[in-house]
Amino acid sequence: MNKLVSAEEALSVIQDGMTVGIGGWGPRRKPMALVRALLRSNVRDLTIVAYGGADVGLLCAAGIVKRVVFAFVSLDFMPLEPAFRRAREQGAIEVMEIDEGMLLLGLRAAAWGCPFIPTALGLGTDVIRNAPDIQIVDSPYDDKEWVAMPALKLDVALVHATRAEVSGTCEIASPDHYMDDWFVRAAKHSIVSADELVERDYFHDPAVARRVFWERNCTQSVVLQPGGAHPTSSDPLYGFDVAHFKQYASLIGDAGFKGWADAYLGADEAEYQQLVGGLDSIRALTLPVY
Amino acid sequence: MTFSLAELMTCAASRVFDDDGEVLATGIGLLPRLAASLAMLTSNRDLMMTDSQSFMLSTPNPVSGLAGHAGQANENWMGFSRIFDNVWSGARHALVGPSQIDRFGQTNISALGGTYSAPKVQLLGVRGFPGNSICHANSFFVPKHSKRVFVEGECDVVCSIGYNPERLPRGYDFDDIDIRQVITDLCVMDFAGPTHQARVVSLHPGVTLEEVRDNTGFDVSVSESLGETAAPTAEQLAVIARLDPDNLRAKQLKDDPPGVRAPEHVSA
Repeated sequence: MNKLVSAEEALSVIQDGMTVGIGGWGPRRKPMALVRALLRSNVRDLTIVAYGGADVGLLCAAGIVKRVVFAFVSLDFMPLEPAFRRAREQGAIEVMEIDEGMLLLGLRAAAWGCPFIPTALGLGTDVIRNAPDIQIVDSPYDDKEWVAMPALKLDVALVHATRAEVSGTCEIASPDHYMDDWFVRAAKHSIVSADELVERDYFHDPAVARRVFWERNCTQSVVLQPGGAHPTSSDPLYGFDVAHFKQYASLIGDAGFKGWADAYLGADEAEYQQLVGGLDSIRALTLPVY
Repeated sequence: MTFSLAELMTCAASRVFDDDGEVLATGIGLLPRLAASLAMLTSNRDLMMTDSQSFMLSTPNPVSGLAGHAGQANENWMGFSRIFDNVWSGARHALVGPSQIDRFGQTNISALGGTYSAPKVQLLGVRGFPGNSICHANSFFVPKHSKRVFVEGECDVVCSIGYNPERLPRGYDFDDIDIRQVITDLCVMDFAGPTHQARVVSLHPGVTLEEVRDNTGFDVSVSESLGETAAPTAEQLAVIARLDPDNLRAKQLKDDPPGVRAPEHVSA
């Protein structure tokens, strides 16, 4: 089955009010080209589930997010994501703020078809007080109370892979695939953007096959987009764009979403890449070393 | 031998790992990471540590001057999902720097002031604090000891569980909560006072108890064996210098104060 489509075709499944999970982690391997395509669409009232970075910040700033399920939203080298911070301080979004591990358990519950997974994570903290839809339950096996972390069912997952083949087999060559496999498995429909398109025999090498973290039937759409994670990283192909993030933070701070969008969003991804200096400059970005 | 306050705090912080055995030591921030690395190279060689990215290391990376991750002493792959497997097993000790700490040892890195739906200042979010605090040992690192950090009331957002009887989950007792030490620029504290009250364990050279009390928003008790925080040894300073060749530690505290305070200038 050939699942190769344009970003716009792939995203046409997303309707107002849907829950969208976004893979990656902070400033790393986010499906940013797909996020930008969402920003150019008319969809609204989304619930976003993510280990957040500028993906969450931009979607909030654009006013198309109703609710964010998150443990953090950060650019790492810049601890506080400027657009998310602004949206929160303005009270512009609803939130379910949970522990990083609770987010993983919620995705696993959805993937496994369980209504919840019992865990100690969150006990005794404001995570439980501030999230009325997370229940505390008794255990049939001990006298302790447990957090019943509800399934985080996703309508759609967006993730970015290093390489993909048109039937949906995806390689993540970065040192960490983060929770992308669980985002994909928690979703009814998964859209994968990839830097490079490969043939089936590329995966014959067992070392490559070990870098495939979900089966092709979990991938519904493949979008070829070289540089598609920019300004986040797609290690080992390119690092994240510290200079662009700084520019982004300053534009969001001075002129809000419109300031950034007027300068960079463009009418399509080709125009975006021109505005940020071109694909060659994206490919030349190196990862900062901590 | 002279040493900076940052070095004194790093050495004091490294001691929190001394008796941990074979656990994952996670120091978040430059000085905490330096402290954990120092412990792994000196007082507890069984500690485990990651490269803060995706691999466990058999010897810690330097905290500055690293050109790349190639050639580092990888021990095993340790992606974030596997970090959670470790966290939930309890075999970890994190040394972290909360924005607020209250009298119960509860901490906050999520948001300050305002209301929960529109905080005055949005910070990071709860991150892994809730899970860390119920699963494994935690110590805290505070670069500037003040009432802004050590708050009078409860934290604005309680991100980690502490010794608050009103929040203790059913079936739990305080032995299930493992807050070890708090290293600040004034002193070392723990929560081993009466009913888990904060307690001053040692004062840094030249610091008075009164100064600690003046800068803490709640009452603290004092250890019977209250003493002066131990000065770094020559070996510790040499290891620190090797781990931080670019001397980034000198930029972590305002004006990089000396480890032993100059005596107050007495006017005639």
